[in-house]
Amino acid sequence: MSGRPGARFARARRAVPAVVLAGALLAAWELYADFSGVQEDLLPAPHAVASSLWSNGALVWHNFTVTAEQVVLGLGLALASGFALAIAMHLFPLVRRAVYPLAVGSQAVPIPVIGVLLVFWWGFGIFPKLVVIALICFFPVVVATVDGLAAVDPEQPKLLRTLDASRWQAFRFAELPAALPAALSGARIALAVGVIGAFIAETSTPSTAAYAGLGREIITDAGGFQTPRAYAATAVLVAFAVACFYALALAERMLIPWNVHTRGEKR
Amino acid sequence: MAVAVADVSHVYHGRDGAEVRALDGLWLHAAPGELVAVVGPSGCGKSTLLELICKLQTPDAGTLRCAPAVLMAQRDLLLPWLSAVDNAALALRIAGKPRAEARACAAALFAELGLDGFQRARPHELSGGMRQRVAFARTLLSGKPLLCLDEPFGALDAITRGEMQDWLASTLARDPRTVVLVTHDVEEAILLGDRVAVLSHRPGHVVAELQVQLARPRARTDPDVLALREQALGALGAGGRR
Repeated sequence: MSGRPGARFARARRAVPAVVLAGALLAAWELYADFSGVQEDLLPAPHAVASSLWSNGALVWHNFTVTAEQVVLGLGLALASGFALAIAMHLFPLVRRAVYPLAVGSQAVPIPVIGVLLVFWWGFGIFPKLVVIALICFFPVVVATVDGLAAVDPEQPKLLRTLDASRWQAFRFAELPAALPAALSGARIALAVGVIGAFIAETSTPSTAAYAGLGREIITDAGGFQTPRAYAATAVLVAFAVACFYALALAERMLIPWNVHTRGEKR
Repeated sequence: MAVAVADVSHVYHGRDGAEVRALDGLWLHAAPGELVAVVGPSGCGKSTLLELICKLQTPDAGTLRCAPAVLMAQRDLLLPWLSAVDNAALALRIAGKPRAEARACAAALFAELGLDGFQRARPHELSGGMRQRVAFARTLLSGKPLLCLDEPFGALDAITRGEMQDWLASTLARDPRTVVLVTHDVEEAILLGDRVAVLSHRPGHVVAELQVQLARPRARTDPDVLALREQALGALGAGGRR
C-alpha cells in the first residue's frame, strides 16, 4: 500500500498543515528576534540558532548520540517494566492493590532527591540515567495497559470458557491483543515524556563530564552565555521527540492493523 | 439424554443485596440430536438457563445433567485481530492444534457454510450474517455435542435473519447436534425446533411444551406453522399473567 505513489503523495500532503504552522511560527520568531530589540543571550533568532547548529555540528551530534541512546534504552526499560507490571497487576488483584498506590506515588518523587543515591548504587555510567527515564515513563504505560487489559468484552471470557480455554489461553487469545491498542497509546505518552525524562536524568544525576548528552550541554550553555547553542541543542531534542513519536505510530500500524482499519472506518 | 434439567432454581444477588429469582423449578430435557427451542419474554432467565447448561454457573437448587456444551451468543464475539478462518479455528487452537492444521480444518468447513473466499477477511470486513456464520463455524469446530445458541440471529435484520434460519436448518441437517436455541421470536422457534418450550415471566419455568412434527424445510406461511405459532403465543400470554 505504501508503495503506491498516490498513497505516498496523500501521506505527504497530510504533513502540509504541520509544516506550514511550524514555518509560520519560525517566521514570527525570526521577525520578533530581529526587530524587537531582544538580546541574543535572551532569545536568539532562528537563523542564529541554525548557524550555531551548523558550526557546532560535531559537538551537538556527539551529545545527541549520548542522549538518544539513553532515551531509546530508557524507554525500552520503561515499556518492558510497565507492561510486565501491568500484566502482573491484571492477573493478580493482590499485586494490583499493593502496587497501584506506590506507582502513583512514585510519580511525585522529585528526581534530584534520588539522583545521587542512584549514582551511589550504580556509578557514573548510563544505568542510573536509564532508571530515571524509566521511572518517569513507566507510569502511563502501566495505567493504559491495565485499563486495556480490563476493557475486554465481558462476554468474551464466558465464550472462551465454553471452548475450554485455560486462564492463560484466555489471556493470550483475548485479553492481551485487546489491550495492545491501549498499551501502545500509553507507550506514545511515555515516548513524549521520554525525551524530557532524559534531560532530567542527565541534569539530576552527578556526572563526570560537563558535556555528556544534550541535557548537560543545554544547562552548561544556557548558564555560560552560549544561548544560540543551547537553543540548537533544544531544537535537536524537539526534532528527535517528534521523529520517535511518528516512528512509533508507524510501528503501531504494523502491530495492530485491525485497529488502524476500524479507526479508518470512523473517519 | 443430552440435556436433563430437573427442578432447577437460580437466584442472583444484586449489588444492593436484593435477590433476583431468575429461574424457579424449571424442567427441560433434550434427546441427542434434538433441537429444543426455548421462547419466553425478555428477562425470563433464558440466558441464565444456557449459562447453567454450559456450566458457567451452578444452580442454587435442582440438578443438571448435560453433555459438554458450547455457547454462541447474540453478539458474534469474533476477535477483531484474527482472520475469519482463525476465528473459526479458535477452539482447535485452544485444544492445542498447530496453527496450520487448525486453519486447514476450519477452511474445509468454510465452503460448506457458504463462506468460501472469505477465509482471510477480518471480521470488520464481513456483513452481519457472515459474521454469525463464522461464529457458528467456531461453535461447530469446538466438537462439542451440545450447542447452546442464545438469540443467535437477534441482531440481524429481518431478511438476513430469514436467510440465516434456512442456513442453520440445512447446516444442522448435514451435521446433526443437540441444540438448545433460546429466542424471543416464536416463529423462529417453530421454524427450527423439534420441540418448543415456552417459559413464563421471571422467575422462569416451562409453562408449555409444543411438539413440532412438521417436515423440513418449513415455510413461514404454512397453516400448520401458523397454528403452532398461535398456540405458542397463547401459552406465552397465559404464562405472562401471574
